[in-house]
Amino acid sequence: MYKWGGDPKRAGAARRFFHRVWNDKCFQRKKLRRKGRVLFDALTDKFSGIFRSLSGRGRITEANVSDAMREVRKALLEADVNYQVVKQFCKDCLDAAMGAEVIKSLHPGQVMVKIVHDELVRLMGPVDTRIYFVSPGPTVILLAGLQGSGKTTTAAKLGRYIRAKGRNPVLVADDLQRPAAIDQLETLGQQSGIPVYTDRIQDAVKVARDGVRYAKQNGHDVVILDTAGRLHIDEEMMQQIADVAKTVTPHQIYLVCDAMTGQDAVNSAKAFNERLELDGVILTKLDGDARGGAALSVKAVTGKPIKFVGLGEKLDAIEEFHPDRMAGRILGMGDVVTLVEKAQEQFDADEAAKLQAKMAKGTFGFDDFLKQMEAVKKMGGMGGMLKLLPGIGSQLKNMEIDEREIDQMRGIVHSMTAEERRDPDIIDASRRRRIARGCGRSVQDVAGLVKTFRRSRDMMQSLSSGGMGGFKSLLSGKTDLFGAMASGRVPKIKQRSKRKRAPRRKGNKRRR
Amino acid sequence: MGLFSKTVAYLRDHLGKTRRKITSSLGSLLTLGRAIDEDLLDELEATLIADDIGVATTERLMEDLRAAYKSRKIAKSEDILPFLKERMKEYWPARDRELHAAESGPTVILVAGINGSGKTTSIAKLAYALSRDGRKVIVAACDTFRAAAVEQLSIWADRIGVQIVKHQMGADPGAVAYDACEAALARGADYLILDTAGRLHTQKPLMDELAKIRSVAARKIPGAPHEVLLVVDATTGQNAIQQAKVFTEAIEVTGIFLAKLDGTARGGIVIAIKDMLDIPVKFVGLGETPEDIAAFDPDEFVEALFA
Ligand SMILES: Nc1nc2c(ncn2[C@@H]2O[C@H](COP(=O)(O)OP(=O)(O)OP(=O)(O)O)[C@@H](O)[C@H]2O)c(=O)[nH]1
Ligand SMILES: Nc1nc2c(ncn2[C@@H]2O[C@H](COP(=O)(O)OP(=O)(O)OP(=O)(O)O)[C@@H](O)[C@H]2O)c(=O)[nH]1
Ligand SMILES: [Mg+2]
Ligand SMILES: [Mg+2]
Repeated sequence: MYKWGGDPKRAGAARRFFHRVWNDKCFQRKKLRRKGRVLFDALTDKFSGIFRSLSGRGRITEANVSDAMREVRKALLEADVNYQVVKQFCKDCLDAAMGAEVIKSLHPGQVMVKIVHDELVRLMGPVDTRIYFVSPGPTVILLAGLQGSGKTTTAAKLGRYIRAKGRNPVLVADDLQRPAAIDQLETLGQQSGIPVYTDRIQDAVKVARDGVRYAKQNGHDVVILDTAGRLHIDEEMMQQIADVAKTVTPHQIYLVCDAMTGQDAVNSAKAFNERLELDGVILTKLDGDARGGAALSVKAVTGKPIKFVGLGEKLDAIEEFHPDRMAGRILGMGDVVTLVEKAQEQFDADEAAKLQAKMAKGTFGFDDFLKQMEAVKKMGGMGGMLKLLPGIGSQLKNMEIDEREIDQMRGIVHSMTAEERRDPDIIDASRRRRIARGCGRSVQDVAGLVKTFRRSRDMMQSLSSGGMGGFKSLLSGKTDLFGAMASGRVPKIKQRSKRKRAPRRKGNKRRR
Repeated sequence: MGLFSKTVAYLRDHLGKTRRKITSSLGSLLTLGRAIDEDLLDELEATLIADDIGVATTERLMEDLRAAYKSRKIAKSEDILPFLKERMKEYWPARDRELHAAESGPTVILVAGINGSGKTTSIAKLAYALSRDGRKVIVAACDTFRAAAVEQLSIWADRIGVQIVKHQMGADPGAVAYDACEAALARGADYLILDTAGRLHTQKPLMDELAKIRSVAARKIPGAPHEVLLVVDATTGQNAIQQAKVFTEAIEVTGIFLAKLDGTARGGIVIAIKDMLDIPVKFVGLGETPEDIAAFDPDEFVEALFA
């Protein structure tokens, strides 16, 4: 049945959507409830894109966002993002945003700031802050970093954090360099009630190995290794930590990085990553007022996620990393971002209302449908940008619609009469045959498209029926909806659409 | 000051090894007889930013450069670096870089800074240099908060052979400072160096605590503290400006100890700090041993920025 060309392996979300619509019986009401989640997803994605594209007033051009980009660049540099990272990042954002629609109440520069912000969030996330424990243990975690970055403190913090997850960690004092480093870890261990393995010898590899053995013998399922601070250009010391890593083969290696680090963050992070194959980064001292651009620099050069942040000297001052908070902090343009979000929400609501009115009047026909598909295509062509669009767009998946699909649709629609396009329900078997002849496709193709159209329309109508509630909230109250979906709490919307669908169906004379 | 074994010349050799790509592209734009154009200025700007000099100070330097170009003080690309270097070196006249001393009695040096910047180690270095120069030095462990901070300073005092005044962990840092001043007076010390706990400048109560330590010293010894050193980690970015500002408001910082300059960071932030807050750099830290200290030398420092 699935006949429209293209390589199925390349099937994007939109293609999967069509596939589903054509082949699946999921549109039967009962099943719809089960499949609702995917469908809502796909539909909402499409329509939100369409609204924007049909009603946008301006477009982003290099000229109309140049002032904004200058501000952005400056903000990032002042936040200590490495200048080369800034350069590349700004270029990427600009390239991606080029031509994007700007709604009438906003200035392209403002939209651009929001795009930059969302791109920052995207670049620094998503973050998986789970620590993966191995069994049989012990899970070995190695902390590395420059002098004074916060390794020893973080070791104790992590110990507490991990113990709270029901584990039984041991800290290993493998900094044999710094005066009183072992005492420091011992004290922190006492403060937190976490055992510390120490051996006051001068062989870091041996202490590490013995520490892990100690853990095994004493039933500790997690080992956290504190190491000496070292410069990334100190060959001897870098070799030492590489040897330690080779000997105990840690399951996780984290770079502990001071949030106040400047331009040089890229150099040290890169060197540590090359030498140790980091699994993640822990950013310390974020309790200050540093903007923390190092977070972006480090992520950009290592590709390794920031997992945790240190927020104070106390041992409970550790938190999982939140890319959105970090983005706001680095960019420091929260006002603009909020403004754009607000405007976008209003816009979404207005457009939802317009579309709904149109559907209520029963004037949603094939021309609208085609326009939507083309709009989606256009949006899809913007690749990663799609996700970055303000408002609901930020929730979009990266859709791909094959140009050929659109062409085929267009071909079929164009061989329909104006009347058929307006009111597709009049398309019967003989009309299908005529249309198929006209566009050189099979009758099944035509039937398939008509079916797709109807099901999409019905879907929308059922969503939008009964006042603004359904559709509008679907589009503008997206946080709730998508949040609910993401966490698997879908019933709210489903119930609503179900409830509202019933009376609507009665009055829908076109339904068969 | 002939006190310090290392000079920053070490820096240039050392940093030469870690030359960045940027400088070579800057180098290619600085060929003899080449006219000054936007590419060159952009590249120059990038170099200054990469040194952590910061947007505002970089802009100021670039403006000076443009002005010099307009007034025909410079004409060709090869004139640029000498001009800029001179301009930067002017930030630190010689008088600015001397360590203040008491006219009589002990010279009190208060050392402060954010967490992990290098205070304790820098104190060991300074104490070591001074005691090797034949001065009697006492260090005081006013960091009674951080785990094993007292032990750390004790180990250093022991290693370099200077006296230490300390209390139990958790004791009042003001009380330690008080006792240390008494000891310095009683034992006829030439220098008393106060180590303090690392603190972020955003923590008002801790900044107040620091001000209290300062005033304890001021009450006990006339003119004290004669020197208030802010230890800044050379890898620090723009936040160091804010640090310098707030610490100065609390304890009147008189100079900066730029630690960890032996890494690949250039410590350009001290230019911004000088430019905006007029706080000079006095010493640089170049490693983790007591010998790894040098008096700040603007010539060498500025050369290293472009090395
Ligand atoms: N404010 C704040 N201070 C922190 C944080 N993490 C660590 N510190 C402090 O930073 C300083 C250095 O921390 P350490 O844990 O000793 O750093 P380290 O990396 O082990 O240092 P070396 O072993 O010397 O390389 C200490 O004063 C800590 O209390 C944090 O998240 N916030
Ligand atoms: N490479 C290098 N490391 C340094 C230098 N100065 C200090 N360190 C190291 O930096 C780390 C922190 O130094 P400390 O002297 O403990 O720093 P601090 O400011 O007293 O730290 P807190 O008291 O915890 O705030 C230690 O591992 C030192 O060995 C330096 O000039 N170069
Ligand atoms: Mg440590
Ligand atoms: Mg200290």
